[in-house]
Amino acid sequence: MEKQLSPDEKREAMFQRLLSPKDPAGNDLKFQSPEAEANYKASINRIKNAIQLKESDRVPVTVFPSMFPVNYAGMTVQEAMYDYDKCVGAFRKFVLDFKPDIHWGAAAPGPGKLYEILDYKLYAWPGHGVAPAHSYQCLEGEYMSADEYGLLTTDPSLFFRNFYLPRVFGVLDGFKMLPPLTGILEMYGVAYNFIPYALPPVQNTYKALFEAGAEALKWAGAIGGLDGELATLGFPNILGGFTKAPFDTLGDTLRGTKGIMLDMYRQPDKLLQAMEAITPIMINMGVASAQQTGNPLIFIPLHKGADGFLSDEQFKKFYWPTLRKVIVGLIDAGCVPFPAAEGGYNSRLNVIRDIPKGKTIWMFDQTDLVKAKEIVGDTLCIFGNMPSAILELGTPQQVRDYAKKLIDAVGKGGGFIMGNGAFFDQAKPENIKAMIDFTKEYGVYR
Amino acid sequence: MSKALIDAITDMREQDALQITDELLASGADPLGVLEACREAMAAIGHRYEEGVYFLPELLLAGEMLSQISDKVKPRLQAQAGAQKKLGRVVIGTVQGDIHNIGKNIVIFMLDVNGFEVRDLGVDVAPQKFVEAIRDFQPQVVGLSGFLTLAFGVMKETVEAIKTAGLRDEVKIVIGGGQVSEEISQYVGADAYGKDAMSGVSLAKKWVGAK
Repeated sequence: MEKQLSPDEKREAMFQRLLSPKDPAGNDLKFQSPEAEANYKASINRIKNAIQLKESDRVPVTVFPSMFPVNYAGMTVQEAMYDYDKCVGAFRKFVLDFKPDIHWGAAAPGPGKLYEILDYKLYAWPGHGVAPAHSYQCLEGEYMSADEYGLLTTDPSLFFRNFYLPRVFGVLDGFKMLPPLTGILEMYGVAYNFIPYALPPVQNTYKALFEAGAEALKWAGAIGGLDGELATLGFPNILGGFTKAPFDTLGDTLRGTKGIMLDMYRQPDKLLQAMEAITPIMINMGVASAQQTGNPLIFIPLHKGADGFLSDEQFKKFYWPTLRKVIVGLIDAGCVPFPAAEGGYNSRLNVIRDIPKGKTIWMFDQTDLVKAKEIVGDTLCIFGNMPSAILELGTPQQVRDYAKKLIDAVGKGGGFIMGNGAFFDQAKPENIKAMIDFTKEYGVYR
Repeated sequence: MSKALIDAITDMREQDALQITDELLASGADPLGVLEACREAMAAIGHRYEEGVYFLPELLLAGEMLSQISDKVKPRLQAQAGAQKKLGRVVIGTVQGDIHNIGKNIVIFMLDVNGFEVRDLGVDVAPQKFVEAIRDFQPQVVGLSGFLTLAFGVMKETVEAIKTAGLRDEVKIVIGGGQVSEEISQYVGADAYGKDAMSGVSLAKKWVGAK
């Protein structure tokens, strides 16, 4: 029986494993040069120190784009979504050309063929409602109706399988016919549970799932291969997976923005209960993927709690409590929560202060980072916030000026990672280069 | 005009607002008076939004209340000429390649209750469709909505198309959406950018010369 490690010990163990990486066969990873090995380890240590609010030799720098690498490589998003080797090539070129300290993998475009096999209705993507050169877009709607909080709260998996998933994936229609797994109890009557698997709609669903599985495996092999290759060249990817704030889980793709905002007024108790019910599930989602990948960072895109979306009272009552539980749950398991506060969090800084210190990285977008450093600089590591407008429309000098301001004001004492503020598709290559090169030169801690 | 109704809507008390509406209409009150109360409430709600007391959820709930109340009122309206005079006309749409619409729909709703006639072109709107709508509807104001970074280039193309059609001087163009700014506004050739729902309304009012 393993001795129970403390959260800090678990996290340290994950970082130690990252610093002694293995290849798929379990042998020590062979770096392509001593310099690559040194860069790899230095990058991980810089991030580790930044999380712990300490200085390193210099400010770490990275870029976490959306489709920019695809556009930079001169291909369309459609090509990247349907040709996995091309996709991998684009992200490889992006990392090797610009040399950020760490990278975030090539999973963003995703496998277009899989979405076709499953008849994905939740998104439009190139060739399916969106032009070949454009990114996929979410088709927001009420995929969970206002009166379905009961089942979601008492049996989320059953709700997802039998009700929600068939609405967002056309081929999963057969799931509607499956009885709850919890009916499989003993000899008497057990056979009844299996009758649906003889029915054509169910069989069609499973046939599609087998096809989708093969496609997913093919895609994952290509993407994973890139991570391994880039590691040997000195560029780590320490992203372990993702999860969501329970409010966003419900508000993004189940009730929709309008639905959940009206629910705050029309059925606040049911909303709160549902979010509590799914909180352990959202924690486990992050913990399980960190265990699978061996990477500690768990990405949490934050959507509906931005400045302007909710009042301070609504944020404190509906959005923050379960998000905080997810953050703390991830920390307790040794993971590093990595929330991305999309939009502005200027009015939220005093609320998010209330988390364990030196255990999280927060990506900020339209938040004033100087103000953030004052209010939460002693609590969390700040990542950001080069604006999309400067990257796409500005000049290298504007990039350097903005980066200098950030390094001077926010880099002080450590706890800062230079990066983009929002997920972007277009930018001038010389601006990306300026951001990374300038940080490596000017961001030195003296 | 019913103060109780105005207060119920303004204070986000949906059930009260609907009940009072039913009572007023059942007792023979002038349906136009009910709509006037709605407009008063919307003005107050707009102020609270500008003051940072109300946010997006309140604008959405206000929209829900107004839509339910006007469904109750409409059947009782005689074909009364004397629909209130419109302040001006606005054409609005989300630019080509972008399908985000919630913000745009809130702006449309706010323009509508503030007395504007709005033509909503929907989402993923090609530059030529904006041009055709301007020719046909003759608005004073054109609103371009876009959330993704791809929208910057497309907004510029849309303004160019309006210029090429010889219509640029006939309209004021405002842009809005998640990542717009003064730089983007200048880059695309717009007259202004709207930071949030109410700024679109303020700009439109300023441009048509209303108070």
